[in-house]
Amino acid sequence: MSHETVAIIWFGLWGLIWTVYFVLDGYTLGTGMLFPFLAKNRQERNQLQEAVGPFWGGNEVWLITAGGATFAAFPAVYADLFSFLYTPMMLILFALFFRAAGLEFMHKDESKRWQTSWKWAFTISSVALALLFGVAFANLFYGLKIGPSGYEGTFLGLLHPYGLLGGLLFTSLFIVSGALWIMIKTVGDVAQRAYQIARPASVVAAVVLSLFFVATSNRTTLFDNFTKAPILWIVPALTFVCALLMLLFVWQKRIGLAFANICLTIFTLMATGFIGMFPNMLPSRIDEKYSTTLFEAAGSELNLKIMLGVAIVMVPIIISYQLWSYKLFKEKITKETAKGYQ
Amino acid sequence: MSDVLLLSRFQFAITVFYHFLFVPLTIGLIVLIAWMETQHVRTKNPLYRQMADFWGKLFAINFVLGVVTGITMEFQFGTNWSEYSKYMGDIFGSPLAIEALVAFFLESTFMGIWLFGKDKISPKLRAFSIWMVALGTNISALWIITANGFMQNPVGYIERNGRIELQNFWEVVTNPYAWHMFVHTIVSCYIVGAFFVMAVSAWHLLRKQHVVFFEKSFKYALILGLIATTATPFIGHKSASFAAKMQPAKGAALEAVWETKEGLPFHIIQIPDPKNERNIVEFLTIPKLGSYFYTHSFDGKVVGFDQIPKDERPNVNIVFYSFRLMVALGLYFVALCWYGFYLYRKNKLIESKRFLKVVMYSVLLPYVAINAGWVVAEVGRQPWTVYGLMRTAEAVSPISLSQILFSLVSLVVFYTILLIADVYLMLKYAKKGPYASTATKGGEVQHVS
Ligand code: HEM
Repeated sequence: MSHETVAIIWFGLWGLIWTVYFVLDGYTLGTGMLFPFLAKNRQERNQLQEAVGPFWGGNEVWLITAGGATFAAFPAVYADLFSFLYTPMMLILFALFFRAAGLEFMHKDESKRWQTSWKWAFTISSVALALLFGVAFANLFYGLKIGPSGYEGTFLGLLHPYGLLGGLLFTSLFIVSGALWIMIKTVGDVAQRAYQIARPASVVAAVVLSLFFVATSNRTTLFDNFTKAPILWIVPALTFVCALLMLLFVWQKRIGLAFANICLTIFTLMATGFIGMFPNMLPSRIDEKYSTTLFEAAGSELNLKIMLGVAIVMVPIIISYQLWSYKLFKEKITKETAKGYQ
Repeated sequence: MSDVLLLSRFQFAITVFYHFLFVPLTIGLIVLIAWMETQHVRTKNPLYRQMADFWGKLFAINFVLGVVTGITMEFQFGTNWSEYSKYMGDIFGSPLAIEALVAFFLESTFMGIWLFGKDKISPKLRAFSIWMVALGTNISALWIITANGFMQNPVGYIERNGRIELQNFWEVVTNPYAWHMFVHTIVSCYIVGAFFVMAVSAWHLLRKQHVVFFEKSFKYALILGLIATTATPFIGHKSASFAAKMQPAKGAALEAVWETKEGLPFHIIQIPDPKNERNIVEFLTIPKLGSYFYTHSFDGKVVGFDQIPKDERPNVNIVFYSFRLMVALGLYFVALCWYGFYLYRKNKLIESKRFLKVVMYSVLLPYVAINAGWVVAEVGRQPWTVYGLMRTAEAVSPISLSQILFSLVSLVVFYTILLIADVYLMLKYAKKGPYASTATKGGEVQHVS
C-alpha cells in the first residue's frame, strides 16, 4: 500500500468517525434540546435521562476519537483547523462541559434552583452544540478564508447565510433524531409529546435539507466532484430518499424505521460533504492554492499504517460492546421504573 | 515573551491542573470499587455491594468532570499549540488517538452500563463492567504518558519534511522514560484514591455512624494505601535517578547541585541561591548520600550546573522545592499508613480520634504531592517543550490576544463553576452515607416542577 493510498483511506476514516459521531450524538443532542419541553415532572425527566444516560458518554468518545484521529493522521489539519476556528471551537468545548454536567448533575440536589439551572444548562448547551457544529461544517464545505498568511476570517464571518443554514440543518435533523429516539426508548406521555414534535420537525428538517442542497449547489464548489464522477450522485440522492422515507415513516408512525432513516440521512449528508471536499481538508475560499489537501497534511506512512492497524483491530471490538450495551438496555423506560441520574 | 505565549502557557497550566484534579481520583478510586464488586461476587455479602454503590456514586460525580476537562485537553494542542502540533503530530497524535480507541470507549461505555444497569445485571456482570472501567482509566494513563514520555525523552523518530516523523513505533511504546513516569503516576493515583476513601470513612467513624460499613471501607483503602505509599519512595527514587541521567539539567535542579562532584553529600535542609549559583544553607548533611541517590554508588559522579549552559537550565527554585515537597509528603504518607495499620491490628482504629482526624485533614495532600510531581517533571524540562528538540516559545498558535483572553477567562470561570458544583456534591454525598439513597426514594417524587 502506498503512502497516498493509506492517506486516502485515512481521509475516509476521518470522515467516517465524524459522521458516526453526528449520527450517535445527534439523538442525545436532540433529546437535550427537547428536554424541558417534553418532560413535565421529575419522573418524566428521569425517563429522558435514562433514555440517553447509558449511551451518551460512549457516543461522545467518537468526538474525542475524531480529535485524536485528526491529530494523528493529519497533524497539519488538526493544528490549523482548530486554531483557525479558535472561537467556535472554544464555544463547542464550553457547551460540551455544560451538556455533560447539566445532564448528570440535574437531579443530584433537591433545590429547585439547582435543578432548573442544570436543566437549562443541558438544553442550551445542546442547542449550541448543534448550531455550532452545523455552522462549522457548513463552513468547511463552503471554504474558509485562508490566504497566504493563514486564516484571514473572523468568528462573525463564519455566520454567513450558508453557515447559518448549516446550523439550522444540524439542529433540525438532531431534533427529529432526538424525538424519535425518545419514542423508541420510552412509553407514556413523553413519548406522546415527542411524537407531537416529531411530525412538524421532520417536515422542517426535510425543507431545510432541500434548501441546504440548493444553496450548496449555488454557493459552493462542493458538487464539482460529483459532476466529475456522476456515479457519486448516488450519495446525495440517498440523502434525499432517506429524508423522504423518514417523513413517510414518521407520519405512518413506524418509528423504528423513521429513526433508521434519519440516521441514514445524517450519514449520507456528511458523506456527501466529505466526498465534495476531497482531496481538500481545509478548503480555501480565497484561492485553491491556499487549500490544504489530505496529501499535504497526512502523517508519515508508518504512522498511518500503524494507526490503520489499530483502528482495524479496535473499531470492531468497540462497536460490538457498544451494540451489546444497546441490547442490554433495550427495554422501554416507563415513568414508574425510570431512575435517571440519581 | 509575547503576551499570547504567556497567556497560552497559563491556559495550558490551568486546564491541565483542573483535569488533574479529577483524573487521579478516577484512577485510584475505581480499583477499590472494582475490588469491592469482586468481593461481592465472591462472598455474596450485600455489604460489599453497598460499598460499591456508595463509592461508585462519588466516583461517578468525579468521573464526569474528568471527562469534561479531558475534552479540552484533546483539542487544546490544536487550538493553542498549533506549531507544536504540526511539528510533533506524527508521533504525539497517535497515542492520543489510541487512547480514545483503546481506553475512552471502554471506560465510558462500561461506566454507562454500570451506572444504569447496576440494579438489573448480575453481580458478576457488575464486577466485570467496573473492571472494564478500571482497565480503561489505567490504560488511558498509559497512552497519555507515552505521549508525554516522548516529550521528556524523544525516541523512535526522525526529523524529516520539517517535522518529527515516526520511525520506530516500538521504541516509542517502550520508551523507558514513559514507563518510569507511568508506574510512578499510577501508583500515586492509588494513593489519592486510598486517602480519599480513608478520609471519608474517618469522617463517619468519628461520628460513630455506619461503623461496620466504613471500617471495612477504611480497611480496604488502608491496604491499598500501604502498598502504594510504601512502594512510592522506591519508584520515585528510580524515576529520579533515571530522569537525572536523561536530563542532566533537571537532575541538577532536583537537589540544586551547582558543581559537578563525586561523592556528593545530601543535605536534609538546604536553601538554594540560583542567582549566585550556590546554596545559602546546607544543614544536617549526610556525606556521599547524594551521589548514592543519583548513581547508586557513594562515589558516583553527579553533574552540576557548571556543566549546563545558562539558557538550558530550568527554574531551579521551583523544581527544587516542588521535589522536596513531594518527597516529604511521600514519606509522611508512608508513616501515616503504617501507623494506621498498627492501630488497625491493635483494634484501636475507631477509638483513635486524633489519628482519624489527621487522616481526614490529609485528604488533599496527595493532590498536592501529585501536582508538585508534575511541576518537577514539566518545569524541570524547560526551556524545552520537547526535550532537546523544540523550545516552548516555538510551539504556540498564531492566535490573537483577544482570542486567548476570551478563552482563558471563560475557561477559568466555567471550570470554577464546575469545580464548586463538584465539591458541593462530593461533600454532600460523602456525608450522606450509604443508606440515605434508599431512604429518600419516596421523597423524590414530590419534587415536580
Ligand atoms: C517519596 C519519594 C518520591 C520521590 C523520590 C519522587 C520522585 C519523583 C521525580 C524525580 C519526579 C520527576 C520525574 C521526571 O521528571 O521524569 C517525580 C514526578 C512525579 N511524582 Fe514523585 N516522587 C516521590 C513521591 C511522590 C508522591 C508521594 C506522589 C503523589 C502522591 C508523587 C507524584 C508524582 C507525579 C504525579 C509526578 C509526575 C509524573 C512523573 O514524572 O513521573 N511522587 N517524582
